[in-house]
This record gives sequence, structure tokens and C-alpha cells, in this order.
Amino acid sequence: MKIGVFLKQVPDTETKIRITGDGGGIETGDIKWIVNPYDEYAVEAGLRLKEAAGGEVVVVSLGAARTLDAARTALAMGADRAVILDDAGFQGGDALATARALAKVAEKEEFDVVFAGRQAIDSDDSQVPQIVAGLLAWPHATWITSFEHDGDSATIKRAIGGGAVEVAKVRLPAVFTCNKGLNEPRYASLPGIMKAKSKPVARYTPADLDLDGQAGADGAAVRLFNYHMPPPRPAGRILEGETADQVKELVRLLREEAKVL
Amino acid sequence: MTDFLVFCEVADGRVKGSARELLGKAKDLCDGGNVVAVLIGNDIGELGGGLGAHGADTVIKVDHAACSSYVPAAFAAALSQVVQDQSPDVVLGSASMVDKDLFPRAAALVDAGVGADVVDLFEGDAGIEGVRPLFAGKCLAGVAVSSDPKFFTVRGNSFVIGDVEAGAGDIKGFDADLHDDFGYEIIDVERGAADKVELTEATAIISGGRSLKSAENFALFEEAAGLMGAAVGASRAAVDAGYAPHGMQVGQTGKTVNPSLYIACGISGAIQHLAGMRTSKVIVAINKDADAPIFQHSTYGIVGDLFEVVPVLTEELRSILSD
Repeated sequence: MKIGVFLKQVPDTETKIRITGDGGGIETGDIKWIVNPYDEYAVEAGLRLKEAAGGEVVVVSLGAARTLDAARTALAMGADRAVILDDAGFQGGDALATARALAKVAEKEEFDVVFAGRQAIDSDDSQVPQIVAGLLAWPHATWITSFEHDGDSATIKRAIGGGAVEVAKVRLPAVFTCNKGLNEPRYASLPGIMKAKSKPVARYTPADLDLDGQAGADGAAVRLFNYHMPPPRPAGRILEGETADQVKELVRLLREEAKVL
Repeated sequence: MTDFLVFCEVADGRVKGSARELLGKAKDLCDGGNVVAVLIGNDIGELGGGLGAHGADTVIKVDHAACSSYVPAAFAAALSQVVQDQSPDVVLGSASMVDKDLFPRAAALVDAGVGADVVDLFEGDAGIEGVRPLFAGKCLAGVAVSSDPKFFTVRGNSFVIGDVEAGAGDIKGFDADLHDDFGYEIIDVERGAADKVELTEATAIISGGRSLKSAENFALFEEAAGLMGAAVGASRAAVDAGYAPHGMQVGQTGKTVNPSLYIACGISGAIQHLAGMRTSKVIVAINKDADAPIFQHSTYGIVGDLFEVVPVLTEELRSILSD
């Protein structure tokens, strides 16, 4: 099977966000970069499918040149090859522009299945995988917590709200986004890390993917601007007295002052 | 003048409450343009009659066997066809699990972009623009969409909708051209013991941390939650300790919620938890530790043992709300 995994490099979750002077983005100087946590579930899902069904796992990552480090983590976990889209022409895009590029790679590579994370923890957008599936006219299933391959389809589970879980049979090729609970991603072993250094890494430009003028900022329909901090919450009030008094006061405040009860 | 198409999600045989907020906001921003609601489902003949009162001029219904449950490719095909038929300027949906799944795919089919998860919408320099959280809510940014139409998914409970000028609410069927087979077959839906209020759509939530010490202790919240019409959530620590299922987790690796009232019991207030609930209008913290970071982020705080406070709270709610 040809198994594709979409992977994004993002700032570590502890990063203190500082906005640039012009409000056009965030300061990236001090950032510690990691593999998007949800994408680790995707890499693991790809590796387990390869172990079950044979084939190869190809990691695809669009980003700055440093995204190669993130891809190497996946190679160290056991992925076979990486495709890096770090050409300047891919930068500054939105979900649509990024998805167009990834869909072209999926076609070129003839993937039978694609795994991605449920969302990137910087953009919190949760769009690219669904767009890729739409562009390729493949089925998709988001936020999966269970995956079982069965020939030309896969049976998945996903939470659909209110505590309910949907069980669905999805025909391949398809795109799946992975949620916490799907699996426990393996750690890269030392031999794995060593081997990763010599695994094949390919790069494509927008022209290679027939996306001249449609990639990166040129192909974006959504633009973010005016980055700003959320207004600080006014200092809260710690209630005083015995428990019974505190609770009475709390309920009174919630009804009369905050008006939420 | 801005024409809006508002996707009104159908679930469990009825139109979801988010329709009222979205239609009201569309009416607020349309400046004389059309507000059209669209419903997609199967056997929905009875639905949509009340949407005129919420501001819809027209209600378009796609009633098709392929849409009896949410199947991404089927709904995306149907919605994109309605968009092409209606040519709205803006397409609105909520930031529910279905809409966030559907909108990117539907928009891509008409070469359009989605401003996702916005918490505000307004008339900007180049038409309707939004504001959205980024980096787990650590900062906000303006969102401009240059495609025609512009799609936005709106986080629930972002707007207070007052009285809205009613629209005619004329109901029209739309004959979507859909395959029989989208390669997606729903085999089963596993429901828990009771249908719970969905966290991401709840207007009130009471959450417990690891101090609950057991899954059974979460029952402590049941009556208070019932009285407030609240959903029950949990911190990651409580979930990791096995006291609550992952579906109840609020936070960076769980769900992002936006209720009017969030009561955090025995939750310290780690950044990753705040990421999931920081936009809540009113936050109440109940914690034994006066130095817990949660108190820096709450509107009201009680320093105390949740096992003492919550029963007293339940009793007070019982007497006040049952009057």
C-alpha cells in the first residue's frame, strides 16, 4: 500500500506568543518547533497500517526549510520517504493553497490512503485534509479514534458529539484525520534516528505540481491580519465567608450581576 | 447589501439551536440583502417552518436519501450545488463538529475559502470579515476571505441575538444531484448510557479535575448540571487518570468550548486547559489551593474543597431554580 501522512511543524505548546510590531504575525525567533502533536497519531497510524498490509509510508510536509527536521522525526519513527514542499512559492498560503499542493502530491505519489492530524495546534484550522479529499473526490473521515483496514476499505470510529460514536466503513483511497485515542505514537529508537538521516527526501516546486501562480500567498483565499492579544479578563473576585455564604453569594452574582443563571 | 446563505444543521430530527444565532447575525449584517437558510437531510418535510421568525427570507431544503446522516462528500456536494444556485456573498455555519468538517470541503468545490472558528463577524473594508483565535486562543487575528463567496464557521455563543426582523421564511425544495454511493457507509452509532449535552454547544458547563479521585465521583455534578442545563466536562488529568472518557475532556487536546458559564472544580488552570475554555463569558473556580492559576482567569472564585462546596451549590441551585 502507498500510505501518505501529512505532517506540519508547529510551535511547541508552551510557547509564549509575541506579536510582531506590525501585527502581521508572531515573533518566531525563540520558538521551539515540534511535530504537530496530532500528526504523531497520523504517523503511527501509517506505520501500523504498513506493518499490517505492507507497502511504504511517505511523509509529506509543507512549510519553511526547518520542516525537514519534523519530517525526519517521522522517518526516525519508521516512515520510508519524505516529500518536502519548502519552496518560497508555497509560503504564505492558507488551507486552500496548502491543500491544493498536498492533493497534487497525493496524486503524483498515487497514495491509497492518507492520514493527517485532526488540526494543527497553531492555526487550529482543521481544514486542509477535508479540502484535499474534496479536490481528489475521495471520501474522508475526521477525528477518528479507531482504524481497521479491510481490503479496499477501512472501518473507523469517530466521536460525533453528545457522547455518541459513529462506526463507518470508508472506501479507499480516502483521507483520515486522527484524534487522541487512536493510538500511542512510538518513540523513535536510536537506530531509527540514525537510519532517518539517509532516507530519501524529495522536493517539488509549484511548477512541478502545475501550481504556478496558485500556490502559497498567490493561491490563498483567506488572509489573517491584525494579530492582537485577547483583552485581559478583569481581576476576578474571591468570595469570602463560610461555604454556605460563599455559595449563596456566588449564585446571587451569577443571576443578578453576570446574568448567566 | 450582503446576501447570506446560512447552513442550519439538522440533527436528531430537528434544526439545531445554532440556526437562531446565525440567522440573527446574518440579518444584522445583511444591510437589506437576502438571508437564505439551507437545510440538508432526509425526511425533513416537517422542518424549517420556524426559521422565518429568526430572520430567514427563504428556506431551501435538500431532502435526499443520501443525506439521512452526515456523510461528508454527500453534504459537500449538496451544499456546493445550493451555493452555486443561490450565489450568496457569504455562507455561514457554526463551528460544530459537522460544520467544521463540511465547510472546507464544500467551499473547495466552489474554489472558495473558509474563515474558520470566528468569534466575531463585522462589515470590514472588503466586505464581511471575522476575528478568530489562534495558538489555542493565546492570540486573536482578523480574518479576510477574498473568494466569492466567503465562507465562515462561527463559534457558538459568540453573539447575543435580540429581537430580529422576521423574514417571509418561504420554503423551497432543491433537487440536489447526488450519487447513490459516496464510499461512506454508517454501520452503527454507539450511544452512551444517556444522551449528554454536547460540550462544544453547551451554554453552561461544570468541569472536574483529578481531585475528583474517581469516575463515580463525577456523579457529584449530575444534579447541579441538570438544574443549570449544563454539560459536564473534565480536565486532561482527570481523563488520563481514567475518571472520565476523552469525549468529556476540555482543553488543547480535548474540546474547545465557549459557554456563558464555566464552573471549574478542582482544576488547577494549566495553560492547556485554559486553551479549551478561556473565551467562556463567566468562569467560576472552586479549588482548595488559593494559589491555583485558575483563580487568575476566573470571574468569581471560591477557595474550598469541591466535595464540600458542590453539594452546597447544588442545594442552593435547587432552592433558587426550582421556585
